[in-house]
Amino acid sequence: MKTLSRQLQGINEHLAQLDAIDDELISAIENGLPLCSRPYAEIARQLDIDEQEVLTRLASLKQRGVIKRMGVIVRHRELGYRANAMLVWDVPDERVAELGRCLSQYDFITLCYRRPRMLPDWPYNLFCMIHGKSREEVLQRIDWLIKQCHLESLPHHVLFSRRRFKQRGAVYRTTRNDSNQTPAGERHAT
Amino acid sequence: MTDSLNLTELERHLLNDYQHDFPLSPAPYADMAQHLGVSEQQVLDSLAKLRDAGLISRVGAVFRPNSVGASTLAAMSVAEDELESVAAIISSYPHVNHNYEREHEFNLWFVATAGSETELCAVLGEMEEKTSHPILALPLLEDYHIDLGFDLQWT
Repeated sequence: MKTLSRQLQGINEHLAQLDAIDDELISAIENGLPLCSRPYAEIARQLDIDEQEVLTRLASLKQRGVIKRMGVIVRHRELGYRANAMLVWDVPDERVAELGRCLSQYDFITLCYRRPRMLPDWPYNLFCMIHGKSREEVLQRIDWLIKQCHLESLPHHVLFSRRRFKQRGAVYRTTRNDSNQTPAGERHAT
Repeated sequence: MTDSLNLTELERHLLNDYQHDFPLSPAPYADMAQHLGVSEQQVLDSLAKLRDAGLISRVGAVFRPNSVGASTLAAMSVAEDELESVAAIISSYPHVNHNYEREHEFNLWFVATAGSETELCAVLGEMEEKTSHPILALPLLEDYHIDLGFDLQWT
């Protein structure tokens, strides 16, 4: 296997230009917006800036693509989508983008990424997450995807999830307290 | 199953209709309430109830990977009788947000995030040392998915 530093090389090339207040704002909302009448004013108070600045900065982060979406973040497994699988494909490099776009147009696909192969251990370079209410439903959806996107000849593997040891939002600033974590193996979900 | 959760009409709308484009306005919950024909307090109470029941993790933002800090998907191949203890070591890191057992020879899959590539590399290196297992790091190269949340398809 390659060394870790070689495996991770170059991942920061899309790093956004953020100033100190953006950093603080991101930390302040990592655990979610407060559930109160004026949530942005509440965050503004914590950061010692005004409400309008919070709104303007969030709009800018969204516009720049740093924030992919803002809204209610649901927990699939708790909502009955108990089967989730990571679906991985070994796709010729020149076809990855085309097939990635084909797969990601379906609403039961929640992520679709190109990642590096790590030969000889790992030959797959296109990854997506697929959800369903049962294993059978997920497998049916995969058969359907294979036909829709003409993937019949490409090697793939379905990695169903078994136990969930941890799930919660990403933490970029690890100095903050860590109260939001799911204890190991305690609950189930995506 | 979604049908057995006994969700109210309001809860279903809150879960399905506001996964993206949450209002960037001074009183977002009041805006939602007006749209849904209920009071702001009902929206706040319902969201708090859904959060406490674990059906939503938060009302907040999803960040594009590697635009803030550095993150990677990572995998390990761990013998069944060691899996729980290795998983516990991995989960103990605040850098780890997802950690799952999956059906494959690489059976432990997690996402680790840090402030920078250097810090991430150090954290993964420490994990390898503590667990005595090599890590397969599979960082994102390209994202094809426009994230609009997840259609819950109520039946």
